[in-house]
Amino acid sequence: MRTLARTAAALLAVTTFAGLTACSPPEKESASTGTGAATAASAADLGGMDALIAAAKKEGQLNVIALPPDWANYGAIIKAFGDKYAIKVNSAQPDGSSQDEINAADQLKGQDKAPDVFDLGTAVALANVAKFAPYKVATWADVPDALKDPNGAWTNDYGGYMSIGYDSAKVPAPTSIADLLKPAYKGKVALNGDPTQAGAAFAGVLMAALGSGGSADDIAPGVEFFGKLKKAGNFLPVDPSPTTVESGQTPVVLDWDYLNVGQGAKLKGKMDWKTVVPAGAVTGSYYHQAISKDAPHPAAARLWQEFLYSDEGQNLWLAGNARPVRLEAMVKAGTVDQTAYAALPKVEGTPVYPTEAQTTKAKEYLAANWAKAIG
Amino acid sequence: MAGLRARRARRQAAFRWTVLAVMAVFFLLPLAAMVEFTTRGDSGTWSLLADWPRLSETYPDLADGIVASLGQASLTALLMLVLLVPTAIWVRLRLPGLRPLVEFICLLPLTIPAIVLVVGLAPVYAWVNYFLGGSSLTLTFAYTILVLPYAYRAIDAGLSAIDVKTLAEAARGLGANWFTVMARVVLPNIRSAVLSAAFLTVALVLGEFTIASLLNRTNLQVAINFLGKSSATMSVAVSLAALILAFVLLLLLSLFGDRRKASR
Amino acid sequence: MATATEDPDLLAPVPRVRAPRRGLRVRSIRSLLGTVPFFAYVTIFLIIPTLVVAIGAFAGDGGFTLDNVTALGQSYVLDAFGRSIALSAITAVIGAVLGAVLAYALATARPGGLLRRVVTAASGVLAQFGGVTLAFAFLATIGLSGFVTVFLRDHLGVDIYSGGVWLFEFPGLALVYTYFQIPLMVIVFLPALDGIRPQWREATESLGGTTWQYWTRVAGPLLAPAFLGSTLLLFANAFSAYATAAALVSQGNPIVPLQIRSALTSEVILGQQNLGKAMALGMVLVVAVVMALYALLQKRTARWLG
Repeated sequence: MRTLARTAAALLAVTTFAGLTACSPPEKESASTGTGAATAASAADLGGMDALIAAAKKEGQLNVIALPPDWANYGAIIKAFGDKYAIKVNSAQPDGSSQDEINAADQLKGQDKAPDVFDLGTAVALANVAKFAPYKVATWADVPDALKDPNGAWTNDYGGYMSIGYDSAKVPAPTSIADLLKPAYKGKVALNGDPTQAGAAFAGVLMAALGSGGSADDIAPGVEFFGKLKKAGNFLPVDPSPTTVESGQTPVVLDWDYLNVGQGAKLKGKMDWKTVVPAGAVTGSYYHQAISKDAPHPAAARLWQEFLYSDEGQNLWLAGNARPVRLEAMVKAGTVDQTAYAALPKVEGTPVYPTEAQTTKAKEYLAANWAKAIG
Repeated sequence: MAGLRARRARRQAAFRWTVLAVMAVFFLLPLAAMVEFTTRGDSGTWSLLADWPRLSETYPDLADGIVASLGQASLTALLMLVLLVPTAIWVRLRLPGLRPLVEFICLLPLTIPAIVLVVGLAPVYAWVNYFLGGSSLTLTFAYTILVLPYAYRAIDAGLSAIDVKTLAEAARGLGANWFTVMARVVLPNIRSAVLSAAFLTVALVLGEFTIASLLNRTNLQVAINFLGKSSATMSVAVSLAALILAFVLLLLLSLFGDRRKASR
Repeated sequence: MATATEDPDLLAPVPRVRAPRRGLRVRSIRSLLGTVPFFAYVTIFLIIPTLVVAIGAFAGDGGFTLDNVTALGQSYVLDAFGRSIALSAITAVIGAVLGAVLAYALATARPGGLLRRVVTAASGVLAQFGGVTLAFAFLATIGLSGFVTVFLRDHLGVDIYSGGVWLFEFPGLALVYTYFQIPLMVIVFLPALDGIRPQWREATESLGGTTWQYWTRVAGPLLAPAFLGSTLLLFANAFSAYATAAALVSQGNPIVPLQIRSALTSEVILGQQNLGKAMALGMVLVVAVVMALYALLQKRTARWLG
């Protein structure tokens, strides 16, 4: 019987090692290689916009991921796109992070449900350029050079500045970061996410750093600020969401200005939710739009890009209080939505956009020190 | 002696009821709070929850999660039965020397937390996605591993309670083949143990969150967690409903299982 | 010439004598084939993932590396391990003591009665089903707008969060974890309590012993291995728990399972997948040690109370 047990164990070990060596499954053949859309680098490659629209309609579906409906008006954008071109948009994991988007693309490679397009934070986008299919939209020339990849692998789509959103009935108006340390804000200040995990929270700590004497090179004052906030009892370790804002659990939220302003618009009448970008502590970031190299619906993916960078798409983002990347060009051409443009929060001071090197240094500092500061 | 025993019985009863009363308050308070939370204001949460078509429209993610969980629970129970029952019987009858190895393997998932397992499952699931697609139902494979300890213990206990060897020998002596022995002789005798294993499986699968969440699939708990961000009352209502459902399930199991034993 | 007593086939219904060596091998291989589905399944979905974690913990860009393991020595990782162990130990002890008391109360009830069935079923639900639903139950109870919070604030003027919101940090986690540790203790310890035979009590009394002596000299030592074993099981359970913390804690990663999640899904700090595997390996080692001790204690328990 012992030989039996040993044989069984040996068989187990053999199959295990065989299994381990077979690392990843073979590529599944893409179903839609016929149209050539998978390699098109611009609409001209497919024979013009009409041909692109026809090819996309034939595919009939689009898989998007990690696009919450109340984030920069994505709900309206998805609906507008679906209605305009009669293409069904499948929105997966609205709550996902940028890394979740890449993970989904890896796990579902070759499947029908794999994401077609990505909307990523800077860190994740720059780390995964090899996964993107280069594509230049019709309005490519309008996008400033600093906000796009020269080969078209990714293009910035919308951005905003870090802001402080607050319930004006519950707390006094903060004019600077340091104001938040006052006793009036006890148990009220929430940060959107964990800075070691979410890009928005990372920018929040950077804003705190800028407002506390730090700079893009030195995020330590920002981490210190949150440590002080925690000690004073002002920091609320709750993830703010529309529910917490509405129920009054999180009266002060550090988040992107487009999200805070959007919150205010939604709660008009119920609550006076104001947004302020603190003077002298202005930091912004754009998100990156890219098409997946293994997109199951390549034509629809490209049409989605065209839509997003068209005046209609950009104005929809503007309506969501985000700053679309073609804003300057549209203001000059007069195609911008004036009311939405006027509603953007005022910004005083030069915005700070951290470089890749600065971001890496800041991330390392955060990884080692955030947990200690927040305790 | 009788007076001593009666006195002790009274003291034990007093002790028992005090302890139970205190514990009851501690454990029922959150449940009462959940009921109060969901019926605050006139939000119509419960009427929405009971109305499936309206619920699928208002909260499609929640409806998807519920359907996915029900599918996963049934498939896992099925796979567990198909895999474990024949193996347990076979090992007991033909390969008794292998029993310690099988027991050890079945206890392994208790030592390897789900959070660790899911880290290693990612490459395995790449293959599963390749063959079977990325549906949430493929979580069945991972879930069957998670229920192994509990299901195996239940089935093994059932097999220990009956004299499997004699039954098998008798059946074989009468000319039955191995399949008949397992399906028509042994299985009916361990019905309550098998049922117990199935119920435990269903309860466990309905409560699973870790693997579904980190493999980016949906199930009941993932849907509730996501719902918590947009609608606090509905998520609490669904949590309460799920807890009560699981409680009813396990209560039925204990009542049903015992009745089977009594009837023999 | 074989006599009747030497011919094995005539000796039915005695169990068949073991066949000679050659037959054993053929028959055993056929028997072994019957277990192939089970072993193959377990290999693919249990052994291979475990090995992926174990090997991945030592893998880096250029093959074998100890970077991930040394990275475990970073203060925030060590802090997380420390907090996980502290959380598990505290909730294990509290859960064990309170659970043992509750289990004893149940053991004195009528076996098979409704009370025992209901409490056992409820314990089963809370012990297995914890996670997200439990987190939401507590949010509804003592969350910022929970029933108890509001009641205390409005009727008694007590603000339980005046010193900071502790629900989403260590104290909150400890409270919620205790909520599923006590029922687990009941489930695991009740069989041991059931194993106490009334004859021992009667024997103690007939020899003139008091209740105190019974508990400290007779039942106590006999139950001690079971009690310790159950406590260890509770520790392993709390240490491995992920869902409750994931649903409750949104700021910071105080415990190891949440650190692993962050390593896998963070969009700020990338390339941490192998560090996550190293942390997972660390978790497995801790739990394995605890479970091995548990197995040892189980053997001792079975001797007296099995």
